[in-house]
Amino acid sequence: MQKRIPFITSRRTQQFGYILLGLATFIVVLPIIILIIFVAAAGLPAISWEFLTAMPNDGMRAGGILPAILGTFYLTLGTALFAVPPGIAAAIYLAEYAPDNVWTRSIRIAMTNLAGIPSVVYGLFGLGLFVIFLKFGTSILAASLTLAIMTLPVIISTAEQAFRAVPIQFRTVSISLGATRWQTIWRVVLPESLPGIITGVILGLERAAGETAPILFTGATFFLPRLPNSPMDPTMALPYHLFVISTQVPGMPIHIQYGTVLVLLVFVLGMNLIAAVIRSRARARRKW
Amino acid sequence: MDKIVIENLNVQYADGTESLKNINLNVQAKQVTVLFGPAGGGKSTLLRTLNRLNDLANVHIQSGHVWMDDIDILDPDLNVIALRRKVGMVFSRPALLPLSIYENVAYGLRVAGENRRFNLNRVVEQSLRQAVLWDEVYDRLNDSAFDLSGGQQQRLCIARTLALEPEVIMLDEPTSALDPISTAKIESTMRELAANLTIIWAPHNTQQAARMADQAAFFMQGELIETGPAEQLFVLPQDKRTEDYIKGRFG
Repeated sequence: MQKRIPFITSRRTQQFGYILLGLATFIVVLPIIILIIFVAAAGLPAISWEFLTAMPNDGMRAGGILPAILGTFYLTLGTALFAVPPGIAAAIYLAEYAPDNVWTRSIRIAMTNLAGIPSVVYGLFGLGLFVIFLKFGTSILAASLTLAIMTLPVIISTAEQAFRAVPIQFRTVSISLGATRWQTIWRVVLPESLPGIITGVILGLERAAGETAPILFTGATFFLPRLPNSPMDPTMALPYHLFVISTQVPGMPIHIQYGTVLVLLVFVLGMNLIAAVIRSRARARRKW
Repeated sequence: MDKIVIENLNVQYADGTESLKNINLNVQAKQVTVLFGPAGGGKSTLLRTLNRLNDLANVHIQSGHVWMDDIDILDPDLNVIALRRKVGMVFSRPALLPLSIYENVAYGLRVAGENRRFNLNRVVEQSLRQAVLWDEVYDRLNDSAFDLSGGQQQRLCIARTLALEPEVIMLDEPTSALDPISTAKIESTMRELAANLTIIWAPHNTQQAARMADQAAFFMQGELIETGPAEQLFVLPQDKRTEDYIKGRFG
């Protein structure tokens, strides 16, 4: 009988532990839930077809936020265009070709450090390089390039991890069947790592879409009476627009501010959702 | 007739693991040559030298010659792609590609630039028949290869190798993860193929070595201890170490 007692207590202790862990998880998730509910409740009254598709008027106190939505869309697209191809190429090089030496190790260290640089520094860098030195002016082009540089480390490191997650065995077998290294990458490694890469790309772009500092000096503008019609035009963008209407415009109706927050949140969480769906689908299909 | 002549071959990996020390071995055409011995003896290293898969590893030292049809396959300028098509390899764990059954078999042809459906269909069917797998998979060629059983997967790997019409097939512990029935199927398939091919087999146990061998070579700690016709080597081994291993005194 005496032997049973520790068994029971250890089981109780375990249950207590589970409850504690569950509670901790809940506390972590709670702020996010509250934030979403709060923003949705405050912002929903502002959402209407007009809000999403009309130009702002009355000093942005009325009308819609179409130029900001479109602007963020353009900037995200531009960032993807400039960051994804070189990012994946760099990841292929690092994961598949690069020898382990001082040179590649310093590339990796540089990337880790780049990911930690405050975004406002990227903004100033973009201002110096793209806006002034390369004479792109404050434009969608300059802002996209700046965001792309900021996003690159994220894309490179997630893509490299995705490549490394593909078993070496696949490569060995492919080579043993007379494939070149590139054919092996193209036909086996890339398709298998694509879901991981896409997830990384989306997470990187999502961060870019929500950034204010990098576009502040490079492409975002306070107010534009028309939509941008070339990459050389400046643009309005959701995060910057939000900053403007919350701090720079007196007498701004509060529901328009929260409506804008809600649109940005849906934009970013929507991308996150797409990434999650791609990931879980790929995981369900994977058999190795 | 000798298909492969190995002369004074030395291989050493940079990390100091498995190595080969001064190997001299003749591999005869249309025979099953079995490489056996305790783990870490250098069997896999030898196989990976013969199709230059060692190019991918960090090889520290490599010297000697390996002649195949009077060509030194260790020549740095050799066309390794052509070599690997000629010397097929079946790995120990069924090593499938994450593709369909059909595409696994067609892979070697596709990377060689063959994309005509008619030719691919013909070779895929022929190879699967040779590997005695066709009847089990002909109606689900587009399913994932991972849906097959372990034994079927290994026969698929054999079919995939056959699709390139190789002259030599090397098998590295091909049945180590298989049940006796699947093992027997693979052994009989390879026995038939040996009529037209050179087969080099590194089995995972001595019984299979004795069953399959026409010629046998006993490896230990990177050295080739003894080699000869199977009926001699398994019955009257010349070296004490070979005898001890065959009789199960160690290993």
